[in-house]
Amino acid sequence: MSELSTPFRERAANALGDRFLQQALTIATTKFIDLRREAFEAFPEGEALRDRAREIKEATLQRLDHYLEQLIDNVERFGGRVHYADTAEDARRIILDIARRTGARLAVKSKSMATEEIDLNEALLHAGVTPVETDLGEYIIQLAHERPSHIIAPAIHKTKGQVAELFARELNRPVAADPEVLTRIARGALRQKFLEADLGITGANFAVASTGTVVLVTNEGNGRMVTSLPRVHVAVMGVEKVVPSMSDLVVFLAILAKSATGQKLSSYTTLVRGPRRAAELEGPEEFHLVLLDNGRVKQLAGTLREALSCLRCGACLNVCPVYRQIGGHAYGYTYPGPIGILLTAMLHGNGAVKDLAHASSLCGACMEACPVKIDIPRMLIELRKDNVEHAVAPGSERLVFRVFARLLTMPGLFRLAAPVARVLQRPFARDGAIRRLPLFFGEWTRSRDLPAVAGRTFSERWAELERESRS
Amino acid sequence: MVTCLGDLFYPEVGVRIVRLLRRLGVAVDFPAGQTCCGLPLFNSGYHAGAAAVARRTVPLFRDAEHVVVPSGSCAWMVKHEYPGLMGDPTLRAEAESLAARTYELSQFLVKVLGRTQFASALPGRVTYHDSCHLRRGLGESESPRAILRALDGAEFVELPGHDECCGFGGSFAVRLPEVSTSILDKKLANVEATGARCLVACDAGCLMQMGGGLRRRNSPVRAVHLAEVLEVDGR
Repeated sequence: MSELSTPFRERAANALGDRFLQQALTIATTKFIDLRREAFEAFPEGEALRDRAREIKEATLQRLDHYLEQLIDNVERFGGRVHYADTAEDARRIILDIARRTGARLAVKSKSMATEEIDLNEALLHAGVTPVETDLGEYIIQLAHERPSHIIAPAIHKTKGQVAELFARELNRPVAADPEVLTRIARGALRQKFLEADLGITGANFAVASTGTVVLVTNEGNGRMVTSLPRVHVAVMGVEKVVPSMSDLVVFLAILAKSATGQKLSSYTTLVRGPRRAAELEGPEEFHLVLLDNGRVKQLAGTLREALSCLRCGACLNVCPVYRQIGGHAYGYTYPGPIGILLTAMLHGNGAVKDLAHASSLCGACMEACPVKIDIPRMLIELRKDNVEHAVAPGSERLVFRVFARLLTMPGLFRLAAPVARVLQRPFARDGAIRRLPLFFGEWTRSRDLPAVAGRTFSERWAELERESRS
Repeated sequence: MVTCLGDLFYPEVGVRIVRLLRRLGVAVDFPAGQTCCGLPLFNSGYHAGAAAVARRTVPLFRDAEHVVVPSGSCAWMVKHEYPGLMGDPTLRAEAESLAARTYELSQFLVKVLGRTQFASALPGRVTYHDSCHLRRGLGESESPRAILRALDGAEFVELPGHDECCGFGGSFAVRLPEVSTSILDKKLANVEATGARCLVACDAGCLMQMGGGLRRRNSPVRAVHLAEVLEVDGR
């Protein structure tokens, strides 16, 4: 992950200069975009289901307390334990307590952004529990000591050649840059870990309130191993992931994988309901569900409320022109991309997104791709507005925009802009274009010509045009 | 409404539109006192300033039956954001009336005037970039294509990645110039691959970005506004 002490613009520029990253990003995001489009083209009811999914999310948020209570009751009815974590720190403490009490030394993990959000792996290591990521992408970046750069494809920033090098270094022997070979190596290494682990840690894509079921959507089968082999299973989920019923769940499952990877359904949809019961052959002895607030509940009445509908499919990342250029690490926080900016503000406050809020051209591709049609551009503008109104935005910028705003409300003065600009541009303009400008304007002309202010503006030609119509 | 960029940088586009509309039998007026629609203020979060601009702009167009804007993003600002910025219910009603009467140029030609047949002022192969605010904001992708497909003397080809952003994004282009340029470079590579000599768009911002990039790389391709490919004096 890029160091946050480096300004965002520089982090982004560094990413642009990384040839491997550029190659990996272009291939992966283009593939995701095509697969998603094809999946929805072959699924005419998709549009209506997206709207339905949005309605369900909105209705659930309206009565979030009710559905959470129902979820808690049902999980406990089946012998599970539910914990409520107000903060990331609370969540870590809860999980470490469980690990300590059960004497866990080795934890296998299924891919989970919520556990990234609370920095769980570091906390486990400090407490003497070794966490092992079992999703292939997560396994790769754990070996590389990195963080995920995409919500569903954590190692999207790596080429297969880079992964082969990483494995070769780990195994001390040459490894072919062949995805099948690489996967087989990871499988072999992970099989043993599944069997040895005391603790299985997962996130949750959904939790069904009316049945107390935790739902995991995965592709590698590792989620099943993590939830069934170790003695203890801990699932960590943001409070907003609760859905009322199984019939609601079906609506989300119908659009989630299509949006994420273009699959009709993911290879595995795992439904977990409490610990192993008498006469059952597999499953953990203990099941814990950690409900994570960490700034979410406050947003029920906040600017970012809509972002609580996010399914974490990653579709908005794949289509975002900014994400496609710079990848996830340059954003600097757990959640990258357009939705990531909103989630970063939710988790870390508006100050954290002073620059990130502007890491969008507001092109709207994110909202178009979002399975639940979250109006991400609108919320980015709202964040910018909050930052202007609470003086988080730089003073110099606020001054320039205030002067600009005044100018736009004074047409007489605005008309003077053209003659003044014509004088000022004289040293720079050639053939109606400007190739180089000083100061702030140089940010434009560094890579693009700027049209020169016209010899006669439209306003200055209007009187003549008016006469034309009379003749 | 000629828009600030149209007024200062692309007056020829405005002039052509006035002449074209007149030829099609439309009486054109240009109410004095226009400056900018306020979108740059709005998108950067300066909503009080944007509201002040909107409150000044709305009454200027009180008497117009239709308001034609040569830029999708400015049309979007008027149609989508003006009403919500007003506060006062009377002003809001007036802004809603303006929103309902406002059209981006291609929309006005096709949907109001019912015209798609024009002769080409710049014969040869043309391609089209979907401006984000026009396509996603106003849901308009068909009107410009209907005109370009029917354009007499020109051959219309689709641009690969036609609905992908050009990297302009208002202040985005200067806040993150490196990223903006990287997005632009991919767009222009697609443009050049079409073999078109004209890249048409319906937004002054996108034209400034793509035109500026094309000029900088000494490309033979010209970025032009839709009004520049329509023969004004023809049929």
